[in-house]
Amino acid sequence: MADITRDDVAHVARLARIELTDEELDTFTGQLAKVLQHARDVEALDVSDVPPTAHPYPLQNVLRPDEVQPSLPRDEVLACAPAVEDDMFRVPPALGEAP
Amino acid sequence: MSDAPDTPENVAATPGMTAHHIAAAVRNGARQAVDVLDDHLARIDRLEEHVHAFNLVMVDEAREAALAIDRRVVAGEDPGPLAGVPIALKDNMCTRGVPTTCSSKVLEGWRPPYDATVVEKLRAAGAVVVGKTNLDEFAMGSSTENSAFGPTRNPHALDRVPGGSSGGSAAAVAAGFVPLAIGSDTGGSIRQPAALCGVVGAKPTYGAVSRYGLVAFASSLDQIGPFAADVADAALLMEVIAGHDPRDATSIPEPFPHLAPSLDRGVEGLRIGLVSELTEADGIEYEVSDRVREAAAALEKAGAVVEEVSVPSTMYGLSAYYLIAPAEASSNLARYDGVRFGLRVDGDTTGDMYDHTRTAGLGAEVKRRIMLGTYALSAGYYDAFYGKAQRVRTLILRDFEAAYERFDVLLSPTSPCTAFPFGAKSTDPLTMYLNDVCTVPSSLAGHPAMSVPFGVGAAGLPVGVQVLAPVLKDDLMFRVAAAIEAAAP
Repeated sequence: MADITRDDVAHVARLARIELTDEELDTFTGQLAKVLQHARDVEALDVSDVPPTAHPYPLQNVLRPDEVQPSLPRDEVLACAPAVEDDMFRVPPALGEAP
Repeated sequence: MSDAPDTPENVAATPGMTAHHIAAAVRNGARQAVDVLDDHLARIDRLEEHVHAFNLVMVDEAREAALAIDRRVVAGEDPGPLAGVPIALKDNMCTRGVPTTCSSKVLEGWRPPYDATVVEKLRAAGAVVVGKTNLDEFAMGSSTENSAFGPTRNPHALDRVPGGSSGGSAAAVAAGFVPLAIGSDTGGSIRQPAALCGVVGAKPTYGAVSRYGLVAFASSLDQIGPFAADVADAALLMEVIAGHDPRDATSIPEPFPHLAPSLDRGVEGLRIGLVSELTEADGIEYEVSDRVREAAAALEKAGAVVEEVSVPSTMYGLSAYYLIAPAEASSNLARYDGVRFGLRVDGDTTGDMYDHTRTAGLGAEVKRRIMLGTYALSAGYYDAFYGKAQRVRTLILRDFEAAYERFDVLLSPTSPCTAFPFGAKSTDPLTMYLNDVCTVPSSLAGHPAMSVPFGVGAAGLPVGVQVLAPVLKDDLMFRVAAAIEAAAP
């Protein structure tokens, strides 16, 4: 597989909602390319007949009785937030227009 | 507590009062928890400026907790197995009302509204929490140089790193600030700093300790574990923090093995395999592999059967780890968006606010791993990278399974090298990642593994031997670690 490009890095940065300067873009591209080069040993393995492991411990669905349990007090949770209004998290306009 | 000469180069503590001794003395009224605390706070006060093990020292809270322990003793109650023992928590464990930063600007000032399960268990056992220790931001790193609040220095050599990511916890124990500390280990973040700081550090079987309240990095790998100055103290702490927790769906329902009774059983008749790939790999320094072979020889002399064993797929562990862990991190760290807690940098729209908050709040290594993970999971690359890495994880599990048919436990170095100078590896991420080559295989397998000090390298710096064991054979692992400790030079 081809090396990761500057455009690829710009794309994943956008997906991850991280802004990069031109200089950072150059640095990260080189660094990520080097790490992915190292991962070539894994990429080159033929493991098509090996099942994937997502988790080391074979857990089935973990369920509990459907009983109401105490949850965190709303005021304490809201007190952690940068901005709150009417018991809700307040954010800037989602669609670019003032409410 | 006895002190080493406090030169500006070395502030490591000579062995002082163990957690066992403190708890016994506090429980029978021979010592007051508050006096024990004051001794430790005095040492912190004197030497912390050289080490920077802590993000926060909780003087008032700790004194209140110690006084409460003493009142219980006077009232004839038993405060528990860690009565009056000062303990430090890696600053990615949630503490109710007390700042929990993960050494990141994005969480600066955040005070969690709840305690992690491990914190509840420690308090219930009578431990006195004295502070929150420094780490590589969000536990991503192997030197504690990635902290937004500055690096921690190795107590054995202040111009060198303590390892990471739990560098603050390892250094706090090595400097004699606390007899016990808690860390988290995703790919070696307890074991490697333990090795570099000359203390004991254990990553138990995945799921043995509840992750509720541990700030997530890579959820299928993250595990909480103990640091201590000796194996018996590490076992004592491990037994307190282990156990099923309904609030962590990945915590193991089976009972955790009792550790204390196995510590003095010796290794007579045990089959111990020295993992060739991890002992001879490129980049493993002779000053480390020589000590590991000496430890193996000492175990043989103590009656164990020791042979070299090949576990071939461990060679792919590092590559698989650096695809899987970033992939999980890219998902877990999506929550730092400025909406519900922590830093917010405003913008004209919600999207702008996300961008500005994450750009200003996250450090370079965290951004690097988020982007690496996003790439490994993205359309067109998923099968080649993340998918392949998951299949390699199966290969590693199979190879370990085969090795454990012939051997009870395995041995390897913990870290390829002893403590390195600041800046030596921080300019090139891959060079830093290579530090984790010996520790990631057990992480991917969910197996227990621990580091125990065994001698020193050329510059007189500590070397750690890693003991690896199968799932829920933590008792066997501690037993072999105790034998290595007993034979250490």
